[in-house]
Amino acid sequence: MSRRRSLTVAGIAAVIAVALGIWISFEIHWFPVQASTQAHNTDRLYHVLVIATIPIFVLVVGVILYCVWQFRMKPGEELKDGPPIHGNTRLEVFWTALPTVLLLSMVGYSFVVLAENEKKPAHEIQVGVTGQQFYWSFQYPPSVTGGAAIDSYQLYLPDNETVQFNMRSRDVIHAFWIPAFRLQEDVVPGITTHYRATPDRLGDYPAVCNLLCGVGHSLMRTTVHVVTPAQFRAWIAKQLSTGTSSTASSTGGGTTG
Amino acid sequence: MAAKFRAPGFYRATWLMVGAVGFSALLTWLVRLTTGHTTFSHYLDANAILTVSLLAVPLAFLVGIGGFDYWFYWASGRPTRPEDHSGHGAYTWRDYFRINTDHKVIGIQYTVNSFIFLLIGGLLAMLMRAQLAQPGSHFVSASTYNSLFSVHATLLIFLFIIPVFAGLGNFVIPIMIGAPDMAFPRLNALSFWLLPVAGVIMLASFLAPGGAFADGWTAYAPLSVDMPIGQTFFCVGVQFAGASSIMTALNFLVTIITMRAPGMSFFRMPLLVWANFATSLLVVIATPFIAASQFFVLLDRALGFNFFNAAKGGDVLMYQHVFWFYSHPAVYIMMLPGFGIISEIIAVKSRKPIFGYRMMAFSLLAIVGLGFTVWAHHMFTSGMAAWIRIPMAITTAIIAVPTGIKIFSWLATLWRGVLRLDTPMLFALGFLTTFTLGGISGVMLAMIPFDIDVSSSYFIVAHIHYVLFGGSLMTIFAGVYYWFPKMTGRMYDERLGKWHFWSTFIFMNLTFGPMHILGLQGMPRRVATYAAKFADLNLFISLASFALGLSTLIFLYNMVNSWRGGPKAVSNPWRGMTLEWMVSSPPPIFNFDRVPTVVGGPYEYGVPGAVHGILEPPTPATVGAAAGTPQVPSQ
Repeated sequence: MSRRRSLTVAGIAAVIAVALGIWISFEIHWFPVQASTQAHNTDRLYHVLVIATIPIFVLVVGVILYCVWQFRMKPGEELKDGPPIHGNTRLEVFWTALPTVLLLSMVGYSFVVLAENEKKPAHEIQVGVTGQQFYWSFQYPPSVTGGAAIDSYQLYLPDNETVQFNMRSRDVIHAFWIPAFRLQEDVVPGITTHYRATPDRLGDYPAVCNLLCGVGHSLMRTTVHVVTPAQFRAWIAKQLSTGTSSTASSTGGGTTG
Repeated sequence: MAAKFRAPGFYRATWLMVGAVGFSALLTWLVRLTTGHTTFSHYLDANAILTVSLLAVPLAFLVGIGGFDYWFYWASGRPTRPEDHSGHGAYTWRDYFRINTDHKVIGIQYTVNSFIFLLIGGLLAMLMRAQLAQPGSHFVSASTYNSLFSVHATLLIFLFIIPVFAGLGNFVIPIMIGAPDMAFPRLNALSFWLLPVAGVIMLASFLAPGGAFADGWTAYAPLSVDMPIGQTFFCVGVQFAGASSIMTALNFLVTIITMRAPGMSFFRMPLLVWANFATSLLVVIATPFIAASQFFVLLDRALGFNFFNAAKGGDVLMYQHVFWFYSHPAVYIMMLPGFGIISEIIAVKSRKPIFGYRMMAFSLLAIVGLGFTVWAHHMFTSGMAAWIRIPMAITTAIIAVPTGIKIFSWLATLWRGVLRLDTPMLFALGFLTTFTLGGISGVMLAMIPFDIDVSSSYFIVAHIHYVLFGGSLMTIFAGVYYWFPKMTGRMYDERLGKWHFWSTFIFMNLTFGPMHILGLQGMPRRVATYAAKFADLNLFISLASFALGLSTLIFLYNMVNSWRGGPKAVSNPWRGMTLEWMVSSPPPIFNFDRVPTVVGGPYEYGVPGAVHGILEPPTPATVGAAAGTPQVPSQ
């Protein structure tokens, strides 16, 4: 097969591989369901990254396979050397400049997504998260409950309302990760850390500790219940009436900070 | 008999170590007495004695086997023995268990010692995968599981990948640059013997009350401050492994700068030499930071310094900054020597000069510089000031550029070559594919919103194993096969080598590939059990990992069998141009009978009549022909 012919075959195979790779990345949903507006943005970023990087991977593997196919030593070539090509300045400038532009564009787009995900909305509710070996508890201040503060082992969030988590640790570092929201942040003793989520899908989702915190780390899991605003108000009212708020002042403070 | 106990060796080491335990007990007792801790239980405070012993006993061992003899003689004014290199070479297997100043013996000591820890670390991984084969398993307890992955990572990073590169470099680099040995042979011997010491400390932590250290190789404070005494083994073991790294790196730097053969200018050095030069710069600058981080934890644990106690004004995030200021460059410490190995193999096996040699060298230096500006990308979700994420994301994206230059240059080197697809080359090509995947997932993780989702998840486990297994370990296998004839004087079995490659490549991808998916699906790392929905993939990964473990046995059998009875190797089986292929296999005791002279580049394949070096002493004609500044060896 002539060089031109074999390059054409390789080119077609590469285009098919790229198309197949991108198709698979869209068709198979590895991620959990999207349950927050941030999840939509982050997944879009993921897909952009996949589209940008699959051609690079196919290029690298394609060149290797092509070289193995075309330039493999044949019988009788045991003492043969290749042509003494030492380099090509234009090619080297090209493959320095192009990846630089590509990488800076990718990181630039990621900053756009980041700004969008962390934007402060006009209205948000505050919920305290306390990590402690090996369970989570959640504090609803009076601004949310409309009555006494609530301290609960359950996390209920109203749909379509931005919540800011204010997170504290009583002992070591934990991380509060809600995969369905695509969001997490470490929960660090001595400081209060924050993140914002806007749930936009009703349902129950896992929330897990994502930073090794000791022997019970793997079981430090809980559930996020995203409910309608009416159900949320009903849940708050029930908490207020059963009097769990009595412990709020003692446990809601967390450690110093 | 008395002489036996005075002479350097294992007898002297044994009684000195017993003495060191006694000294530690006495010191602890005296300090407790003078500070008013006089209750009886405190006289026998095992943890305090153990902590002091962990520092004293290894030092006693090193003194015992003779690691410091020369310096002690010198310091006490006794006549020193000038190094006449009479101890060079190894004549029986026993010579590998002594202080030996021959860089070739030390190179083999380093390499074999590192592979022993690879096997132990791999076995720990098998135990972890047995535990994770199904959710809710009770194969080991949760605390044992935490110890398993912590010791696994620690051994493979500090006792395998970093030292095995130093071992291969130790053997090959002096010969490659035309030197008879490393610049500081005694320091070289000492830096090897620190390694088994560090490894035994790490493993011995399994015997400590409360079990081995169990908070990952990252050992984040304040958890590491609260851990049982096993954590102290980590704090101290890292000091010995780190000291070994720093000593070797200094040795490489001085050797490469001062001991190159006449005519070997910097831009005539093989890229493996460049790679170890760059790595050594990283090591000497970065390693003191992890030593500091572990001393902080040690002082917090043993003496209540409260560096990381938030309630007493400590700064928890500071640990992570200091730790990652070493541990991110450490990723390049574990990768750059592999880049060097791949450059050697791809040039020789494609029968072509390395494409863009100077850019290959400059990109290594660019990685050294940029490597120090990206550490906080490990902390995007740590709670640090939010703005730090922005510059760190940009530098993290940019550091992919020099790495990309290297990959494209290797591909261009393959292009139109005459490819010999034997075992070292297969591992080199396998490395190119798997490392590219690891690089791509790394670039994705530089994108902050994506990192905020999958940070600390199994996606990270997949990424790090594509970089360290698909990257570093593939280059290590490639390098071991490539230099096996030179190191042992025997040929390995090519058929078994290919079996080893294909089984490793396939099962490596089946083991670590699906971990990306687990991470995206929401499975945290470092968990002894997991939600039921992750069960199928985990079982699949466990089965693939057992096959991956078995594939190592092919390698082991091939190495042991070929070393004992393989066909004799000729001096230059690959028709390589670099200087190590101009001497016999294994090389003579002082490497070169005559000082070689370098007259051309290291990879002039395909250039008619080109040579890299000649085994002649320099004459005005040959030195004059050398471009750049010829260096005269200093000894």
